[in-house]
Amino acid sequence: MGQLSGPTDPTADAHWEHNHPRKGFFTDTSICIGCKACEVACKEWNHNPQDGNLELLGSSYDNTGSLGASTWRHVAFIEQGQDRIVEARESGRALVSLGMPRIGPPAPAASVPADLAEADTTPPDTADFRWLMSSDVCKHCTHAGCLDVCPTGALFRTEFGTVVVQDDVCNGCGTCVAGCPFGVIERRSNGTVKVSTSREDQHAAHPEVPNAGIAQKCTLCYDRLVADETPACAKACPTTSIKFGDHDDMVEAARERVADLHAKGLTEARLYGANENDGVGGTGSVFLLLDEPEVYGLPPDPRVPTADLPKMYRRAGMAVAGMAAAAALAFLGGRA
Amino acid sequence: MANADCIIIQGSNMAECHPVGFQWVAEAKARGAKVIHIDPRFTRTSAVSDKHLPIRAGSDVVLLGALINYVIANDLWFKEYVTAYTNAATLVHEDYRDAEDLGGLFSGFDPEKGAYDNSSWAYDEAEDGSIDEPAGPEHGAEAGARAAGDALGSGGPPLEHAEVLRDDTLQNPRTVFQILKRHYARYTPEMVRDMCGISEADFAYLAKTITENSGRDRTTCFAYAVGWTQHSLGAQFIRAAAILQLLLGNVGRPGGGIMALRGHASIQGSTDIPTLFNLLPGYLPMPSAGRHDTLEEYLAANASKSQKGFWADADAYTISLLKAWWGDAATADNDWAYDYLPRLTGAHGTYETVMSMLRDEVEGYFLLGQNPAVGSAHGRMQRLGMSHLKWLVVRDLNMIESATWWKDGPEIESGELRTEDIETEVFFLPAATHVEKAGSFTQTQRLLQWRHQAVAPPGECQSELQFFYELGHRIREKLADSQDERDRPLLDLTWDYPTDEHGDPDPESVLAEINGRHLTGPDAGKPLSAYTELRADGSTTAGCWIYTGVYAEGINHAASRKPGQEQGPAAPEWGWAWPANRRILYNRASADPAGKPWSERKKYVWWDAEQGKWVGDDVPDFPPTLAPGTKPDPSVGGPAALSGDDPFIMQSDGKGWLFAPKGLVDGPLPTHYEAQESPVANGLYPQQQSPARLKYARKDNLSAPSAGTPGAEVYPFVFTTYRLTEHHTAGGMSRWLPYLSELQPEMFCEVSPELAAERGLEPYGWATIISPRSAIEAKVLVTDRMRPLAVGGHTVHQIGLPYHWGVGSNAVVSGDAANDLLGVTLDPNVQIQESKVASCDIRPGRRPRGKDLLALVAEYQARAGLTIETGNRTVTAPAAEGKDPAGPDGHAEGGGK
Repeated sequence: MGQLSGPTDPTADAHWEHNHPRKGFFTDTSICIGCKACEVACKEWNHNPQDGNLELLGSSYDNTGSLGASTWRHVAFIEQGQDRIVEARESGRALVSLGMPRIGPPAPAASVPADLAEADTTPPDTADFRWLMSSDVCKHCTHAGCLDVCPTGALFRTEFGTVVVQDDVCNGCGTCVAGCPFGVIERRSNGTVKVSTSREDQHAAHPEVPNAGIAQKCTLCYDRLVADETPACAKACPTTSIKFGDHDDMVEAARERVADLHAKGLTEARLYGANENDGVGGTGSVFLLLDEPEVYGLPPDPRVPTADLPKMYRRAGMAVAGMAAAAALAFLGGRA
Repeated sequence: MANADCIIIQGSNMAECHPVGFQWVAEAKARGAKVIHIDPRFTRTSAVSDKHLPIRAGSDVVLLGALINYVIANDLWFKEYVTAYTNAATLVHEDYRDAEDLGGLFSGFDPEKGAYDNSSWAYDEAEDGSIDEPAGPEHGAEAGARAAGDALGSGGPPLEHAEVLRDDTLQNPRTVFQILKRHYARYTPEMVRDMCGISEADFAYLAKTITENSGRDRTTCFAYAVGWTQHSLGAQFIRAAAILQLLLGNVGRPGGGIMALRGHASIQGSTDIPTLFNLLPGYLPMPSAGRHDTLEEYLAANASKSQKGFWADADAYTISLLKAWWGDAATADNDWAYDYLPRLTGAHGTYETVMSMLRDEVEGYFLLGQNPAVGSAHGRMQRLGMSHLKWLVVRDLNMIESATWWKDGPEIESGELRTEDIETEVFFLPAATHVEKAGSFTQTQRLLQWRHQAVAPPGECQSELQFFYELGHRIREKLADSQDERDRPLLDLTWDYPTDEHGDPDPESVLAEINGRHLTGPDAGKPLSAYTELRADGSTTAGCWIYTGVYAEGINHAASRKPGQEQGPAAPEWGWAWPANRRILYNRASADPAGKPWSERKKYVWWDAEQGKWVGDDVPDFPPTLAPGTKPDPSVGGPAALSGDDPFIMQSDGKGWLFAPKGLVDGPLPTHYEAQESPVANGLYPQQQSPARLKYARKDNLSAPSAGTPGAEVYPFVFTTYRLTEHHTAGGMSRWLPYLSELQPEMFCEVSPELAAERGLEPYGWATIISPRSAIEAKVLVTDRMRPLAVGGHTVHQIGLPYHWGVGSNAVVSGDAANDLLGVTLDPNVQIQESKVASCDIRPGRRPRGKDLLALVAEYQARAGLTIETGNRTVTAPAAEGKDPAGPDGHAEGGGK
């Protein structure tokens, strides 16, 4: 077993001999138009079933709700008033220490790059109301809880640094479900509907759902990556809100974009998942958010359960040692 | 659009309805462009814009008129551009009277026919006359019946000649510029506040942003879609934007223009090669009985040889089309088989045809990729009309509601129709999808893009091409022995294409026919390379003259696929744009009158004096060697009459028209009128609605009373219909797909928290929406994205209704159809229905079922006191209208000729 927490190269950590660059997404929610093409492209490519009961969910234009066994991309829609925008702008400005470039009014003047000193930092025009849209996906964590707790080896780290379920190995035990700090991976229930892939059987009775009962999640289109193709969601995104590439480049692009938005006074912009010292060692899929992660249904401080294993072992070891010492002491004391 | 410095999206929800095209807006924004969205609703487009301005549906001409007024009053218009390239300096005849003078009517209104005689709007002429249409004036009633405006898709309205009178100082009160200035003087920011519900501060922001981003160095682009067109004065909304863009010099330049966002993949193509009743390919009009009886009359009416520009050559385009269709049977002796063309005998648009069905005048109906039971205005009228047919053919991907209304439609439930009583024989023929057939799409930017076939169609599914080819063969076989003259057009038609092993014709052979070829001379048989090669002597063919060049050298240029980053800014090797692969129309206007770019930043096409020709990033839209300073005698006519500063080469005088002396049947200048149904009184004129709108006073098409008339309070709210990203129009391509259906599973309405509180509507509960035509139910989305507007001292609530759902039993998801609420009132220029604004009431709970639904609708009608006269007055206040303050002699001061 490799390293359980902190910064690392997960591919090397998984003992891949051919060291491909780690691949990942950068989802820039500031240019997302909420078209959900990513959700559809994902389902089409991966032949995932329809889910849900075909009723309005009661959550703005979001009728998907969350990521799950059959939904590997999910676009959240959040309607906000002016107060919340002001708060987000403040909290984003305060966040600059969290692995983000220090740009913006609170920073000392000396640290502002010369070409941005003259930048217009008046807030943008649409300030009384906004509608946030954000496409969520599996984070492909540096330290993946699902992978680390899987007892069968069904989950594995690919040569691209991503985390993928092997459908034919998974036995559906569900341990991974509790292991994911983001609630991404789930077992596919057979209450969902398989979608026909050819037009002839369109009106046939619903055939059996594939992979029912076993754990399912985004593969970062592993089958496309091995053919040097872009994942389906990024390929379909019309505004390049979903970018795909080498993880380091994605993080770099994300940092630049945040700096750019801060320079324009949009200090609500912040990165999510780009901090390699967080509880999952940073994520493979990074996000640019315009508000606190909780607003989008993301955990503010995700922590992989196995990150605490060494500490737990240390504590357990100390306890064992302590108990042994106590026993010895008692024994010795008894002798005395 | 990616080159724009400012983009105004109005009458369009571009991010939701054109998400792929929206990449160019995203690119412009990334380069620093300002994006402003003006729409009744805060949509996904607003969410990524710099600013959203909520507007009262249907009030756009007030806003655009106020921008025109702002630009003129503050002297912000682009003087050099406007004086040289538009008709600002042209004099209008002294008989012209403006709507300002006549209480909202222009001179020439005929209250009996509800239409204009537009002869008084004409340009002035030396010799004390006016410049008429070449075939004489056509009364607005006749022009409206044939939706004559549709024929202006590639060339401007014809004129007898282009020898106009000008005053380049623009001081003469009869110059277009002075008329324009007077016409919009009362379109003020206060009027915008009181009519549109947009504050003066927001108006100032908008006006400032647009004008600061226009001029030599910067350009502003407008984008619209059916939010502008689907009104009783829809064509005038777009005219208003065109006037503003011409005044600001934003036409023919990179990042400028007005993008008409077309609804789906090849809707542009379906008007270029028309599916419309009144057009032939390339925007040649369908001949009308009485006006176009002979080829000579037809050609004379379409264009004069004495007018300027390339439309003067419309005879060559027409005769080449006839040669393409009838080949050797089209000869000089039989006027190139002109009499094989059918003649229009009146209004035969889609809504008129449905009314004809109800009168049992129509036997059969083909529906191809259309679901009128859900997607057309007044769904009930559509379905009842179909129940009068003898036969109905539905060719579609799925068993859409237009194929099943006879067993599970709303009228079956209400008891108005009984399946066993319906005599219509319905045939369903399965169609191939776009990936199952090859062909071209022509998109918003006039770009033809070729699609290759990915898989063969399953089972009995066929391409349109194969279906029509086979249908043609079968009809011709049946008629083979006919001696009847009327069968000659079918029997003489060129109808021979190579087919594949499944019998599907080769679409490239059709493209080659559309492109056209030489028939005689050394190049006989070879494809033409440009429409300028077309001749009126029968020596060339072209199935659609504007597409000539797409198959030049026998190469399918629509299939060009060189990525944009591997070529110059205009990317000419991606697809092929009509005409002549030009990416920006009228691009000669991107250079100043001397032929120099207006600025380095907006350099596009310019005159190269050394080479003696126009050069640049795009194919110059001008005679290639016509030098900037050239001043030919305008009487020579045609392209040779164009001056070096006449960039609008398809206009009969070479200029961009601020004022339209011809071509529009409802007024030469955009003027604000309220919609057929409106809770607001027209604050500008006593005339409430457009006097020339096409109205249908029928018991099955009642209208709600407008503001200030009894019963208006019964239908107090405005509703507007629209699309969502997740669905495709009437749902035929989306409600049968689980992946799309699950994303937007149910019909809903969008209301403001204020309206929800006023009417007791529960979030995500049910509501019933009642109009004078029908009542439907929908789930309620209560959202701050809908804002009540303060208009003229009272609150206007607007309700949003997506129109994707329909009542049926075959789709994955179904629901009530928003279009059932609409009535039929049409724009007279193009016969588009008014579906973006109408009146309704809303109340909590589901709608009644069966006969009780009809009873509810009737109860509302009775309470409002509706009759077929309601809302259908032509002239609202006859006492106040049509009176000329200049007195009985009809002459205003200041002739100045």
